[in-house]
Amino acid sequence: MISFLKMLLAAFIFPGFLFLSVYSLVLDFIDRKLYARMQNRVGPPWYQPVADFFKLIGKKTLIPVEANKMMFRIMPLVSLAAVAAAFLYVPVLGQDAVFSFDGDLIIVLYFLTVPPIAAFLAGWYSRGVYATIGATRILTQLFVYEVPLFISLLAPTLIAGTWSISELTAFYAAHPLYALINLPAAFAALISFQCKLERAPFDTPEAETEIVSGALVEYGGRLLAFFKMAHSCELVLVISLFSAVFLPFMTGYVFADFLLYIVKTLVILLLLTLMRVSMARLKINNVVSFCWKVLAPVALFQVVLNLVIRGSLQI
Amino acid sequence: MHSDNRITIPIGPQHPSLDEPGRFDITLEGEKVVNAVIGVGYNHRGLEKTCESKTYVQNLYIIERVCGICSHAHGTAFCMAIEQLAGVTIPKRAEYIRAVVAELERLHSHLLWLGVACHEIGFDTMFMYTWRNREKVLDILADLGGNRVNYGVNTIGGVRRDIDADMVETIRKALDALEEETKHYVEIAYTETTLISRLKGVGVLSHEDAIRYGAVGPVARAAGIAHDVRVDEPYGAYKEIPVKVITDTHADVYGRTVVRILEMQESINIIRFCLDNLPDGPLSVRVPRRIPAGETIIRVEAPRGENIHYLRSNGSDIPDRVRVRAPTEANWHGMKHMLEGGYLADVPITIAAIDPCYSCTDRAIVVKSGAKTDCYDWRGLRQYGIDWYKKRGIDVTALKV
Amino acid sequence: MNKTGPGKIALTALKTLFKKPATTEYTGKGSPEVEKHYRGRILYDPTTCVACGLCMRDCPTGAIQIINEGTKEDKKLVAILNVGKCIFCCQCVDSCNKNSLSYSQDIDFAMTKKEDLIIKL
Repeated sequence: MISFLKMLLAAFIFPGFLFLSVYSLVLDFIDRKLYARMQNRVGPPWYQPVADFFKLIGKKTLIPVEANKMMFRIMPLVSLAAVAAAFLYVPVLGQDAVFSFDGDLIIVLYFLTVPPIAAFLAGWYSRGVYATIGATRILTQLFVYEVPLFISLLAPTLIAGTWSISELTAFYAAHPLYALINLPAAFAALISFQCKLERAPFDTPEAETEIVSGALVEYGGRLLAFFKMAHSCELVLVISLFSAVFLPFMTGYVFADFLLYIVKTLVILLLLTLMRVSMARLKINNVVSFCWKVLAPVALFQVVLNLVIRGSLQI
Repeated sequence: MHSDNRITIPIGPQHPSLDEPGRFDITLEGEKVVNAVIGVGYNHRGLEKTCESKTYVQNLYIIERVCGICSHAHGTAFCMAIEQLAGVTIPKRAEYIRAVVAELERLHSHLLWLGVACHEIGFDTMFMYTWRNREKVLDILADLGGNRVNYGVNTIGGVRRDIDADMVETIRKALDALEEETKHYVEIAYTETTLISRLKGVGVLSHEDAIRYGAVGPVARAAGIAHDVRVDEPYGAYKEIPVKVITDTHADVYGRTVVRILEMQESINIIRFCLDNLPDGPLSVRVPRRIPAGETIIRVEAPRGENIHYLRSNGSDIPDRVRVRAPTEANWHGMKHMLEGGYLADVPITIAAIDPCYSCTDRAIVVKSGAKTDCYDWRGLRQYGIDWYKKRGIDVTALKV
Repeated sequence: MNKTGPGKIALTALKTLFKKPATTEYTGKGSPEVEKHYRGRILYDPTTCVACGLCMRDCPTGAIQIINEGTKEDKKLVAILNVGKCIFCCQCVDSCNKNSLSYSQDIDFAMTKKEDLIIKL
């Protein structure tokens, strides 16, 4: 009974859903503040993401007449649920995630595919012109970054010999030098994640000056609030996953590890924001050719490299 | 909306990438633009008619507000037209001050454009940086003219504001800082891959097409046409100021960007020359309120291209006819050609690349649909509106205002 | 010329991170600081005014009005400015032959009621 309560506590409070939501607001604020300060602006006050969320919650939800009502309502929740579920398999407090089993990395990767699909369906069933174009672009982008992302995240498992994120982290924490081998994959994964999060220079699906705001153009009020929340939670999930796989450095003390986790996420966020600051939006055909011509070969190179190392080290 | 596998999307009248209302019906095949229908006319202000009912002095401020960005160029053209009809020569100092303000205006207009263009291609950092630097120019203009955009420096027969020694120093200091920044922009424009990939080969208007469609300003100069009123037909202080015409051979949006950035450097040089050679003397001469009858055409190089003002006087203190041709009007004609064959992602930047000013351009137009022409007078238009709403169950006349 | 590559502005952005922001937060209190020669509230000196009406005639928007509140012998001139109409071009200041009008740098005119925008100078 106690263990069941403990599990509930972990799943819903810490490091589960509540922590995820709160931390997503924090990261959202830090991202916006960094973005603003790099552009020499003052930036928003700390409560801006919270204020935005509650303002949207309080607004009237309008559903277009031609839209599919059920899909329109359900998609934000699907998106949020997938992210929240995936977060349970990513270690936050120390090396161990709330749940883990061999193969949860694959589960997380599949959960990560859900938000773009949800956004695509939301856009498709809104039946707006801009929404349709945005939805098609989301799908196009999904197909091109998914391959390098999967390969680059699965490459480290070849050395560790496990498909569980927690065990992967534990292995690399024990052998920190091996983590350095995965640098090319880390590079590919970081850019693929930027692509997944639809942030500049890969914000083609929601390019506001071209297609207004892409797939979610018809959304407003509470439903949009949940989509935005799912999006910032996705940011936390992606950053945590990255730090678990590619920066698995641990001290061994739970509290210190948690602080280290915060530091790691902030550093990754800085990199992602810097990327967002310093580039212009790519066209969809450039995104496709970049992902296939640069990211996929880098990720594949990592796989070959790791196989060779594994063979030579006889792990 | 859907026919075959083509899809028509409306850009505008309200759209995040348009600064002013204008309508572009873009027919897409996939992401490729196969047809573009351009509709302007959402911003008609009846400005020429207004000018015909007010005195010359009052018209100064109306003409200045033709365009928020090239306000000084329009004001200068109008003043020059009046001065030519009245047969007065304005003092040298006034001519130089007009040139300084004109070049400062070019600087701020090009910085503004660079920011807008970067925003259109999703490069918001550049957008913020350029607009931050634009503030430096605007601060000078606010101090010199008294306002941030409609400076009101021109008056009939000269200028209203003087540049004193303190201000010369402030301007020089700001120019030095700006020159550094401009060099940075040049470097970014030449080296940033994402920027180049978004701009090169986009919205091409070749040398021949630019001549055929009558493009002016940076659009023409980017296609290698060395056309600049300041050089072709020097007016005011430009008769003495050496102006280098910046041209480029890319003939696309990238070329227009490069031309504008290099023109900023040239403007800085011109302002420095003016400040070095600022002649002494009075600021203005008296011009009678009643302007002798006659007509004239004046050309002035605005930041966006060639401004043409036509003025006809009948001897009273109210003009008989005023015609303003803003540079955007000349550049619209090539727009369809530039958009077609491109991609949807290129549409906003292609539109933005001519630095369009919708309200400067909009005059009364007669829309012809087939052979039938619909023309309404004011009363008819009002009745049409009332009927239109009545059909939809709203009685406008019953509403209390 | 340097080699081309993506993210050329990143270094500048990182440096800017530690710079003072170029923007400021608007406090909502008082008039923001403006340039020395900025055109703001029109000032009126009734002692020198001869009520020639040139300012009213030249005003492009008809915002200024000089009226005599006293009698013909005992003049009491007041200038009324409709801030809602005024475009702060200061043509009235230029037109005035007696230098009765001038301008200040006060630009804080916002009012909640339209009637409050008509002010006595």
